[in-house]
Amino acid sequence: MLDELLGGALIGLAASLLWLGIGRISGMTGVLSSLFLLSKSGQWSRRSWSFWFLLGLVLAWPLYHLFGAEAPIHITTNSGLLMLAGVLVGFGTYVGNGCTSGHGVCGMGRLSVRSMVATVTFIVAGMITVALMNLLGVQP
Amino acid sequence: MSAVIALLSGLLFGMGLLVSGMNNPEKVRAFLDIAGHWRPELIAVMGSAVTLFALAFYLSRGRQKPWCAGEFHEPMLKQIDARLLGGAALFGSGWGLVGLCPGPALVNLASLDPSVLGFVLALLVGNRLAHALVGPAAR
Repeated sequence: MLDELLGGALIGLAASLLWLGIGRISGMTGVLSSLFLLSKSGQWSRRSWSFWFLLGLVLAWPLYHLFGAEAPIHITTNSGLLMLAGVLVGFGTYVGNGCTSGHGVCGMGRLSVRSMVATVTFIVAGMITVALMNLLGVQP
Repeated sequence: MSAVIALLSGLLFGMGLLVSGMNNPEKVRAFLDIAGHWRPELIAVMGSAVTLFALAFYLSRGRQKPWCAGEFHEPMLKQIDARLLGGAALFGSGWGLVGLCPGPALVNLASLDPSVLGFVLALLVGNRLAHALVGPAAR
């Protein structure tokens, strides 16, 4: 439980730093679309923070392991399931304008009703999916 | 300076995901498995992250602008519509299938785990599909 509280505090600190420091919402959906989908021309100065944020995020893993810490990843190797899930997550977060970070952490922290509704919706959808998979005997 | 802040924030965010175990799909799925072997610990991750950010957001209300930028970019969308609900439901289904959402998937990239790499590629494809078929939300 302590790991979860501490990890959550680091996430909250990171989101606070980005907001108070440069006035940006730390949402992964926004970071990805500003890097890979928005028009390429002329707006780099407005979007460069996304690049630096993503770089920091990706560097966390090597740095964490440099300190000798362990962070296991137990994930399915079923490629069909991985492809379907990836496409659903990419499609859904774009259409719903946010994911666990943007809606879940920042939106809830801003007391945005829209983000609260989104967060409850994706958590419930995730719970139904897991329950259905259990029911049908589909194990990742 | 804003690049340094963004880099540091990304790094801290990633560390938080790793420390909390949120990067581990098995643990995330156990959190979603409310009717089975439910492991509710991840509520604590959300709880402390939201509480801290809520405090920072409250503090920012008294400021004209951030420390190192011209303005606060607060999201403008307010509507609760079919688009929001549908998108969130699709995202949640994909999240439940494998146990990865975008942040943890990106943090796990450096592990070079082939499942993670495949998932992130598919995520980018889904992103692009939605951009082409649905397009940005109206403001």
